[in-house]
Parts: sequence; structure tokens; C-alpha cells
Amino acid sequence: MAAPAAMPDEGRPDAAAPPAIELRGISKAFGPVQANRAIDLTVARGTIHGIVGENGAGKSTLMSILYGFYRPDAGEIRVNGEPLVIADSQTAIRAGIGMVFQHFKLVRNFTVLENVILGAEDGALLRPSLARARAELTGLARDYQLEVDPGAVIDELSVGHQQRVEILKALYRRADILILDEPTGVLTPAEADHLFRILRGLRDEGKTIILITHKLREIMEVTDAVSVMRRGEMVATVRTAETSPAELAELMVGRKVLLRVEKPAARPGEPVLEIRGLRLIDAEGVERLRGIDLDLRAGEILGIAGVSGNGQSELLELLGGFPEVAAKLSGEVRMAGRPIPLTGRGADAAGRRALGIAHVPEDRQAEGLIMDFHAWENAIFGYHGDPEWGAALLRNDRIRAHAAAEMERFDVRPLDADLPAKSFSGGNQQKLVCAREMERHPALLLVGQPTRGVDIGAIEFIHRRLIELRDAGTAILLVSVELDEVMALSDRIAVMFDGRIMGERMPGETTPGELGLLMAGVTDTGRAPDAAGIPPGHRPEPPDPAHPHEGGLPQ
Amino acid sequence: MSRWADVILTPLLSLLLAFAISALVILAIGESPVEALKVMVTGALGSSYGWGFTLYYATNFIFTGLAVAVAYHAGLFNIGGEGQAALGGLGVTLVLLAVPWPHWLLALPAAAVGAAAFGALWALIPAWLQARRGSHIVITTIMFNFIAAALLNYVLVNLLRPVGSMDPASARFPEATNLPKLTDFFALIGVEWGRNTPANVTFLVALLALFGVWLLIWRTRLGYEIRAFGRSEKAALYAGISPVRITVIAMLISGGLAGLMAINNVMGEAERLVLNAVEGAGFIGIAVALMGRNHPVGILLAALLFGFLYQGGGELALWTSIPRELIVVIQALVILFTGALDNMVRMPLERVFSPRSAQGSPR
Repeated sequence: MAAPAAMPDEGRPDAAAPPAIELRGISKAFGPVQANRAIDLTVARGTIHGIVGENGAGKSTLMSILYGFYRPDAGEIRVNGEPLVIADSQTAIRAGIGMVFQHFKLVRNFTVLENVILGAEDGALLRPSLARARAELTGLARDYQLEVDPGAVIDELSVGHQQRVEILKALYRRADILILDEPTGVLTPAEADHLFRILRGLRDEGKTIILITHKLREIMEVTDAVSVMRRGEMVATVRTAETSPAELAELMVGRKVLLRVEKPAARPGEPVLEIRGLRLIDAEGVERLRGIDLDLRAGEILGIAGVSGNGQSELLELLGGFPEVAAKLSGEVRMAGRPIPLTGRGADAAGRRALGIAHVPEDRQAEGLIMDFHAWENAIFGYHGDPEWGAALLRNDRIRAHAAAEMERFDVRPLDADLPAKSFSGGNQQKLVCAREMERHPALLLVGQPTRGVDIGAIEFIHRRLIELRDAGTAILLVSVELDEVMALSDRIAVMFDGRIMGERMPGETTPGELGLLMAGVTDTGRAPDAAGIPPGHRPEPPDPAHPHEGGLPQ
Repeated sequence: MSRWADVILTPLLSLLLAFAISALVILAIGESPVEALKVMVTGALGSSYGWGFTLYYATNFIFTGLAVAVAYHAGLFNIGGEGQAALGGLGVTLVLLAVPWPHWLLALPAAAVGAAAFGALWALIPAWLQARRGSHIVITTIMFNFIAAALLNYVLVNLLRPVGSMDPASARFPEATNLPKLTDFFALIGVEWGRNTPANVTFLVALLALFGVWLLIWRTRLGYEIRAFGRSEKAALYAGISPVRITVIAMLISGGLAGLMAINNVMGEAERLVLNAVEGAGFIGIAVALMGRNHPVGILLAALLFGFLYQGGGELALWTSIPRELIVVIQALVILFTGALDNMVRMPLERVFSPRSAQGSPR
């Protein structure tokens, strides 16, 4: 593999200055698992440095070491040329390192200002701190396009704005080196573009940015250099300008990866699912679904694109038979021409399964699996009522054998049905769920975020299985926030925004830009009817029609 | 960490720590801990007489421990064992006084059904409130303990007290319903064991209950659903498991098990219903389940330990000048160390057994 140690000067180098971050021989083990093995990394000052790798490659561990959450077992950290022992996050902050976490650490009922000064107050009285912070925020907003209303309460802000608050928090603490962990997972394409503009601006001001992501497109778009991790080791550091997504993918996985989903044209058959005027008002009185009409035939994949939180989850859970408590529910859903109950008896998940509806849920850890259960126990989860598994007592031997066979067919690793589900990696957990739901050849398969947090190798596998299932005649309803995934897998794409279907497109005849506009609530005829009255947290950023996109990647 | 270290070494070390601190307390009041331990061990385990009492207490704790464990597997914390066991006593009493039973073999199953039904019904109300109204089961089961105590008081004083008696207790049960003591079984094979001790045939019923709960939790569909619901309600919904159904059924079973305790203390020992017959066994059940990891084998061992502490503590008060209250201190320390401070022992042990590990694990 390429020697990672000496990274040539990159971006806007200041030849005399020492690198912002220098890691030498960092190792960290958790029990028998070697999360980081002799990692060398040099991040030049004033650059955007990407770190990519599959789940479990050790990216997060490495950054946690840098931010003082873990102590390395061995190795040395230099910040701006000075050796530094980072015992806790306070040390990291004092050294000018700031971190923006994947899951924001904001107090939701505090204002932006209050969140920014939290933990960095000047004294016992808040007023002077707030005044100083307000002045400073205004300056930062001007310099870096980080406009946020300082008086706004976090709950009222869009996800993109909440992320800006996190960045402001770090900058307010005089961060010179900014680490962002999977920052675009929750953003619309337009919001992501805005973030990248902010990051470029910060870099041009001399800040150093480390971007952890598994989206190769973002790496290619915004970074100056990129380091690839695999199984706890740093396998290569390359200039972004001199590499390609295919090369990076190969470095990440250790073998050639098919980035494009190969699929024959769909041959749609009988109508399987018909949804008419489906409305759902939740317990808080918010209308989550505002009259959904959808049709799905056997042997086709209907992809639903949209920023998360626009009703896709509610739709999936309703079809799967376990919606949040709803105040009001109306409309009609037909399976193979027959109306199915939406409430009461038979509307639960068991009733749905009896109709041949299988469901790969959006959150495999909270819904699809019982993390403490063995893999073999999870293999019948939801189908445990099947008489196949015994009468009075469960036939555990039979379930075990069934699970082992299923795991083998889905290439689950390690191939040990006696391990608890929590011991498997994200990708293998997802394969456990997919195996259970797909092996029964359901009439309708609901799939939510099939590859969220799943490594590239497993993504390829799961995508191939979905196509196979489609060709075997299953109707598949796919919900994903990964636009690339929806475009790669779907035979038709419906875009959801604020509980409505904004429009349907054929994947070959649309562009990410057009879908991005629909995702932001902009139709051909103007904005969505009541885009102004969107519930808090769902408000999209003004769309950017000039959204650049290098297509072809499932991630 | 290997399984044996997790299951055996951790509670054992916790126990030793609890005993060590108990020894310090005994030292502090000017007594000899060695002497105290000797008295406890001889008194509880040194003779068949001691064992008879230890097993009697353990039988109570097995039932209440199982009650807590079954609810725990469904993610419910049943603190109402005390009240449910008290109501179980009422059920036993009504069954035994209402029908002239010819033989204990017939009376026992009927009394068991009565005990379980009354205990289950007493758990049903909190279960229903939790499942339908979201009233927290910890709060409601605690409150139902007080209601049960007041109810029993009323029933004993005003309804069940024989005419002319000054004692707030029911009439004695007919002689035919008196359960054979373990002494009688040993006598059949010509061994003299545990004379004048209350250990009775209910101990065997308790062993059956242990096995039954193991079957239920790990071998049946209902147990599968209970465990799944207890781990994740959201996942249970995804799998088509009804939270209302599981909450109610798990609490019925839990209350029934707590109620079953009454065939030991009411039918087997007192042979009539007295005030405060449960004597805190319902609460000890929480500690037993905690220490026994909610597994029948662990519950059996923990129940024996607490039986030993109960009997040994009684002996301590009898033969030394150590006050009886001290045994409550020791019990409290055992609960504190095996239950609440479990991680204090576990984490250093984990480090010993996997030397290179720190806390946590990679994502």
C-alpha cells in the first residue's frame, strides 16, 4: 500500500508552518478488537482533509482519540508541531480542535446564543457573555456565510441551521482545526452544498478541516487530500485531484467494487399496492401525511426520495402496521385489490405479515432486531408465530438451523448464529434483517434506508439482492434519504415533501438537480401549496438549482 | 469477559465485599465478626434444624424473586410482590375455609389456584393502568402494597376473625389441609431431619415453579414475546407483538407467582391467615431477582443466600448481643453490592480478564 507518512504539501500550503495535525503510530484496542493499528496521519494546515473508510474501519475511534474521548495505547499526537497528550476534550478544545458530531449536541429548548456560550460562559452572569457572543456571531456569520438568527430556539431551526450552530460553537471556542463526522447525512443536497461553501470559506481563512464521511462524491467535491482507512489501518493518503471514486472504493474495501447497480429493465405485473388519499394526523395534531396516492406493481421498485422527516417514515410504519399513535387516519390502502385495515384488529404488524408484506425497517437497531437476542432468535422475529417453529414449546434446534442456513446465503459474517445481534457490524446486522424479510419472497417488501451505516461491500450485496427479489416478482417500496441510492435502484421515483408526493419521475429521465428541487418543495408550477406553513424542523433551505453532481455512485 | 466470571465471580466478589463491610460494622459496635459468622453459619446451616428454617424462608423468596424476574423480562418493575403475596394469602384462606377438603393433596392445588388468582388480580389493576393509561407501574404497585395491607387489616378484623377472638387472624384451617413438612418426608425414609421446622412440601412446588418459569421465558412463544417486548417496545410493535397484551399477561404471571408464596407461609406454616404474614418477603424478592440475574438458577441460589441471612440473623439476635437490626444492615449491604453496585466489581474484573481493554467498545 501507499506509504502514508509523508504527505506532500497540499491545498494552500504554508511551507514553513508545521502540519496542523500529525499522528504517529497511534494504536488503540478494545479488548480483542484492534480499532486503530499504528496509524500515521499528517494533515496540512489550511486544507480540507477527508477520511474515508467502511464502517468499523476505525475512523470514529481515531477522531475520538484526537478529541480526547479515548487515550491511545501507543503513539504520538502533534498539534501544530507540538507534542500533545490529549487527556480529555477540554485539552483538545484548548489546543484549538473543534468537533461537529453526527448527532448534534445541542440543548433543543435553548436559543442559538445560549447554546453557543454553554460551557464557555465568561462568568456567573449570562448577560455579558451573551452580548459578547452576539457580537462575535455576527462577525462569524459575515465572514463564513454562517447566518443563523442568534435568538432562535434550536427546535425551530432546520437541520442544516442546527449544524451551523455546531460549527459556530466550535469557532466561538477558537477552534483552528475542525473535525466533522458524517456531516451531510441529514442534509438535503442544497444544504450540503451550502455546508461545503462554508467549509471552503473556512479553509481559505486558514482553518484546517477534517471531514469524515463514507460518501465518495463529497470527498471528490470538497477535499484537498484524502486518507483511506481499512480495518483499523491507514492504507493510503492521496491528493484528491489525483484519485478517482473507483480507486478510493477499491482502497476502502480492498478489492474492486461495482459502483453502479446493474439491473435489467423491470417487467411490472399485477398491481400489488394501491394507496388513495392517505392522511395521517399525529397525536400532536401535526399532519404527517397529506393525501398520499401511490401505485406499485409486482416486479418493480418504487423509490421514495426526500429529506428525512417529510412523512416517509410515517408511511412505511403505517404500511408495516406499527404507526405512532395517530389522532386521525383516513384514506384507503389496497393489497392485490382488497382494502386492508388501517386501524383496529388486523392492522398490526402481524396482520400485515399475514398479507405477505415484509418490512426492512429504517432503524434496524431499534426496530428490526433485538440487539441482545442471538442471531438465531432474531431470524424469526416477527415470524415467531409461525407453527413451523413448534407448537407449545419453540423448536430452538430448528430455528437455529434455519438461521444458520439463512446467514450463509446472505454471507453474514461471522457465520455464528449464537452471537447476539449487537456483536455484528452494521452491515451484517442489516443482512440479518434482509435475510429474514427477503427469504420469504413476500408479495410486497417495504424497505427503509437499506444501506444506512452499511459498508460498501454489503451495500453492493444488498442492492443485488433487492434487484433479484424484484425480478422474482416482489413489489418493492424503497425509502431512502440517499438520493444516489434511490436513483440507482428505482424503476420509478416519487418525491415526498411535507407529507405529499411532489411528483413522480423516471430515473433515466431526471437529474439529481430536479429531484433536489422537488425534495425542497418546489414544483414545476412554483412552491408547494403551504410550504410556508411547514412544521418546525422540516423547513428546507432555499434550494440551489445549480446543484453539481457527479453521478454513478450508490453512495 | 468469560461467562463464568460474569455469572459466578462477579456476584461472589460482591458478596464478599458486602460481608467485609458488615464485619467492619460488627467490629465497630465492639463484637467479633468471626464469632458472628460462626453463629450465623451454625444457626442456619449447621444443623438440619437450621436448614429447615433456611429452606422455609428460601421458598418464600423463590416465589417473590420469580415474580420480579418475570415482570423484569417484560421490562416491568413489579415492586408489588408484598401486596400480591398478601392477597395470595387471602385467596388461600378463602379456598381452605370455604370447602371441607378431605386431603391436603386436593387442597394444595385448589389453594395454589386461589393464591395465584388473587395475586394475579392484585397485579392486574396496575398492569391495566400501565398498559392503557401509562401510569407508571413502579408507582402503582408500591401504592397497591399499602392498599393490600389496609384491605387485609379490614378483612381480618371485620370478616374473617372468628367470633369472640381477640386476635386479628382467621380461623385455623381444617387439619386435613395441613401440608406435610419436609420432616415427614425424611421420616418416610427413616431419616430424622429438621424437626419442628416450617419447611414443607411447598419447597418442591417452588422448584417446579423455577423450572416452569425457565420453560416459559426461554422455550415458549409467550416468553419470546415477553423478552422481546422487555428489550424494545418499538421492535415489539414492528414484530406485531401487542404491548397491552404482554404487559397484562406478564404482570398476571408475576402477580400469580408472588401470590403462590402464600401456600408456603399461610397454608404451610401458620395454617391460618395472620396480619402481616408476608413479613417483607415481597421486597426481598427484588433483591433475589437482582442478584440472581432474573434467571431461575440464580434466583434459587440467591433465595438460599437470603434464607441463610434471615435464619442466621435470627440466631445472631438470639445468641449474641448483636441487635437484630444489624441483620437488616447486612442484608442491605448485600443488596447494595450485588444489585446497585454491580458494576463496581464488574468493571475491574473485566479489565483483569481482558487485559488490553478499556471501557466501551468501538462502534
